[in-house]
Amino acid sequence: MVTGLGVLAPNGHGLAEFEHALRAGCSGIRFFPHLAELKFGCQVGGAPQGVDAIAERYFSEEQRVSMKSNVIAFGAIAAVDCWKDAGFEVPYDWTGEPDFDTGAIIGTGVAGIDLMCRVAGPAIDNGRARRMGSTIVEQVMCSGVSARIGGLLGLGGQVSTNSSACCTGTEAIVQAYWRIREGRAKRVLAGGVEADSHYAWGSFDAMRVLAANRNHEPERASRPMSASASGFVPGSGAGILLLESLGSALERGARIYGEVLGGQVNSGGQRQSGSMTAPNPYGVRRCIGDAMAAAGIRGDEIDAINGHLTATMADPREIASWQAALGVPPERFPMVNSTKSLIGHTLGAAGGIECVAALLQLDRGFVHGSINCEDLHPELEPYRCSIPTTTIERQSRIIAKASFGFGDVNACVIFGAWDPEPNHFK
Amino acid sequence: MTDQATFDRVIDIIKPYVKNGDRLATAKPETRLLEDLGVNSARLVDIVLAFEDEFDIAIDDEAADRVSTLGDAIAVIQEKTR
Repeated sequence: MVTGLGVLAPNGHGLAEFEHALRAGCSGIRFFPHLAELKFGCQVGGAPQGVDAIAERYFSEEQRVSMKSNVIAFGAIAAVDCWKDAGFEVPYDWTGEPDFDTGAIIGTGVAGIDLMCRVAGPAIDNGRARRMGSTIVEQVMCSGVSARIGGLLGLGGQVSTNSSACCTGTEAIVQAYWRIREGRAKRVLAGGVEADSHYAWGSFDAMRVLAANRNHEPERASRPMSASASGFVPGSGAGILLLESLGSALERGARIYGEVLGGQVNSGGQRQSGSMTAPNPYGVRRCIGDAMAAAGIRGDEIDAINGHLTATMADPREIASWQAALGVPPERFPMVNSTKSLIGHTLGAAGGIECVAALLQLDRGFVHGSINCEDLHPELEPYRCSIPTTTIERQSRIIAKASFGFGDVNACVIFGAWDPEPNHFK
Repeated sequence: MTDQATFDRVIDIIKPYVKNGDRLATAKPETRLLEDLGVNSARLVDIVLAFEDEFDIAIDDEAADRVSTLGDAIAVIQEKTR
């Protein structure tokens, strides 16, 4: 069961703001002068706003001493929001017993790269390693964000960070689901976080995979499924779900947003037409198919898809893979949208934030508009009726979410609306 | 500098690293940083660095290891500023 959601996205902090932004088609993509000064091709991106002020409200001065990397701050904010949304309180007594029934699997793609490049690298190179203080390691280590969240909430289950490039957030959720299914935890916070850092974005700019031709109109720059898509817009933020066993959720009368029906994580092996940077379509289809099999559903039972859909030339291939995996003709293809059209590609956070979007749509009966694809890619013309450019009110029973990442890695999760009939048992 | 002035400056420096903020108001020289004020042991490094910057002194590892209470901190600072 999904019993809590927390989100810090470029177009909104918290469920109310984020839902409003999704429904209204509000873009969180902005022009960043520092990217222009640094001669980036792509000078637009997605970054959560007002984070320092939020952190001051949420955390003590002592806690903020080691939140200088925004991957830590973003993750901590979203985790606290998720925890409270699920009906729990943040424990302020750090001497008590931990909650051994709850863990956290919180992924990130590049972890504390902002702090490493901005503070630690220059200090070390200038012979000042011994004057950096004690807080660098805990913020730049890959597991810094899960460790921080585990400490804030006193979690005593598995507390770790996964990393699988742009697959990370969705992979975390599938792993958490499996862990609960195995009976190894009652609750797991799961999702993804990515720092707002030009050091992360610069590496993608170097690859010429970012949208570099719409710096003058940032809100139109992220164009998944569009004929004029020219690359993705980098983003950042955090999206975290609380996954909980049915027994635990019912016992404490938790609010249920939906349930995880099944999921899969795999790799295309960088074989067939797959590579380090391109997905093997057979791997993608297999991942989606395995997730559906795990969920015990057929392709024609899926009402909506929240795609990976980054705004590269891979978008038509992704839709083709979904179509092949679902085994339905284009005219009966489910609704499909890309949250990245509104927030950019938040990399390791993408699966986390986009799963929050999927759960909000499932819980509140809408499919958000996928903006900037009025000029639909010609190969997607047969699917036009399935791609809403403005939000439609529609109650889905099943929403599928997938993420794909460098390394030819895939993750897919199937969410179902919660049916509280007394004998429901899955 | 008087002992009280040094004490007050030490309190200001350690404040960001203290979990038990309410204990600062009644802190005494025998107050222990870790046990009483809830300072994370790793943060002693940051506190010593802050002492060095604030009082323009160098505190070697041996002296830093002697800092357990507020009084210890003041003694080290006074020893190094002498």
